[in-house]
Amino acid sequence: MAAFVIARLTFLEAVRRRIVLAAALLGLAFLILYATGFYFAQRDIAPIAPEGPGLGMLYRSGLVSGFTIMGLYAVNFLAIAMAVLATADTLSGEIGSGTIQALVSKPLRRSEIVLGKWLGLAELLGLYLLLMAGGAMLIAYLLSGYVVPNAFIGLGLIYLEVLLVMTVTLACSSTLSTLATGGVALGLFGLAFLGGWVEQFGALAHSQTAINLGIISSLIMPSEAIWHRASYEMTPALARSMGIDMAGPFITTSVPSLLMVAYRFLFLIAMLVFVVHRFSHRDL
Amino acid sequence: MTYAIETDQLRKAFGDNVAVRGLTLQVAHGEVFGFLGPNGAGKTTSLKMLLGLVAPTSGSATLLGAPLGDRAVRAEIGFLPEHFRFHDWLTAQEFLTLHGRLYRMDASRLRGRISELLDLVGLAPFRDKRLRTFSKGMLQRIGLAQALLNNPRLVFLDEPTSGLDPVGRRLVRDIIHGLRERGTTVFLNSHLLSEVEVTCDRVAFIKHGEVLRVSDLKVLAAGATGVTLRVRGMTPETLVGLSRWGQEPRIDGDRVSLSIRDEAALPALTRYLVGQNVDVYGIAAQRLSLEDLFIQIVGTDGGL
Repeated sequence: MAAFVIARLTFLEAVRRRIVLAAALLGLAFLILYATGFYFAQRDIAPIAPEGPGLGMLYRSGLVSGFTIMGLYAVNFLAIAMAVLATADTLSGEIGSGTIQALVSKPLRRSEIVLGKWLGLAELLGLYLLLMAGGAMLIAYLLSGYVVPNAFIGLGLIYLEVLLVMTVTLACSSTLSTLATGGVALGLFGLAFLGGWVEQFGALAHSQTAINLGIISSLIMPSEAIWHRASYEMTPALARSMGIDMAGPFITTSVPSLLMVAYRFLFLIAMLVFVVHRFSHRDL
Repeated sequence: MTYAIETDQLRKAFGDNVAVRGLTLQVAHGEVFGFLGPNGAGKTTSLKMLLGLVAPTSGSATLLGAPLGDRAVRAEIGFLPEHFRFHDWLTAQEFLTLHGRLYRMDASRLRGRISELLDLVGLAPFRDKRLRTFSKGMLQRIGLAQALLNNPRLVFLDEPTSGLDPVGRRLVRDIIHGLRERGTTVFLNSHLLSEVEVTCDRVAFIKHGEVLRVSDLKVLAAGATGVTLRVRGMTPETLVGLSRWGQEPRIDGDRVSLSIRDEAALPALTRYLVGQNVDVYGIAAQRLSLEDLFIQIVGTDGGL
């Protein structure tokens, strides 16, 4: 199927243009920094932890799970930045330079080009996420013996979020120039990011208006809300009950419902249908 | 009779800007057909419509008997885009393999075909070099190889010799001759009239996205002469009668122009006009080159 040929081409392009190499090196630098930070935070916190076996353990586990979630949040952010950067040029660049002309005149559907690119990027981002999040979780386990709860569900949700941002970027890229695509995609992500945190602080302050604002922003662009669900899944019940004071600000207090997760999934499909339609009907 | 390419009032407007007003032409199977016109005449847009890159605003067309956009037919078509840029991080071999896969060619047939074509365009020693390192002429050659991968029945070449040195141009000319011998239809869009003159069977002159005239180049090559007559008392019937001696007689005020095969026809032609009670005030005869014909038909305003 032609879509797989295009998927391979997309993946190969990322490798040949050294996108993969740059991401891997920076990812490695991140993981080293993270491991160092984790190690020292854990060592230096021990003397100031409260006395007594019960409370001390509680404090420790709060710190470890909080630190892990913080690392995963950074991974989540990097993966999203990667999704925008790797995708922004993929259709607009080929349309702008004319390389698309020799592809489109071949006996394949235009939708196969879009799906192929989507698959290639999904593969690339999946590997990146696996390396980064897997690395962060492995560091937490090796340094403290901490096992992230619901790791697969959490990772799956983060992957869904990354795919969503990638698909929205692809949609922009089928219509706008590369530069405008990057701007719009990051702008939407920023909106979702802010809305997500307004919702979290709204929940802490018991402000329904703030919560509603957050929900509206996540209906427009549901990426950030997925992270909040993912972090909820990956936080131990004990740390959740301690709230934001001890476990740090990355623990989710207002939990997006499963309905919201389903909405995101439908949002992604709708975006993909939009790109296919848009690209299939535009002049090249 | 079915044609390799047949278009009927094909039109493309981008908002208020009409790029192609109404293109109507027929290209026979096995013909090498030149598409000529000044810059901005709508040549590239016409080509893009035929290849499904741009959707026509109205009108219709068939390629190899099938309506535009038919995917089975696209498997039998080759295309070299104008100012083409390909994925330059691929090697020559990888690039051709990619396009062969998109043509759904099976692996063993594709391997053989790639070697054949790399030899044909003289790039065999560079098969493992990335396209980024290629010169403009080498890119044009690899683009041409790409357009011929599937042994197409119909090939569209958009400015295939731009960027080529004389050796490269000779190569393209030889390749087109080879295609003609195999019965492949070639649709050639080129500015280089001298190229077109030696490779094409027929040419269409277009301006503002309309066909002004289609001319048979065999007539031109055989020493066609352009005749301009200054006359009074010409009737439409007499004008039509002139077709006995030459092609496409046209009248513009008191000037009649046509191209005749041979100067020897001039006396008989004059006697005919006198016999029809037409007053002849002047006769000017001139050997025509394709460039003369181009200027004569398209005008010197460059389509502005």
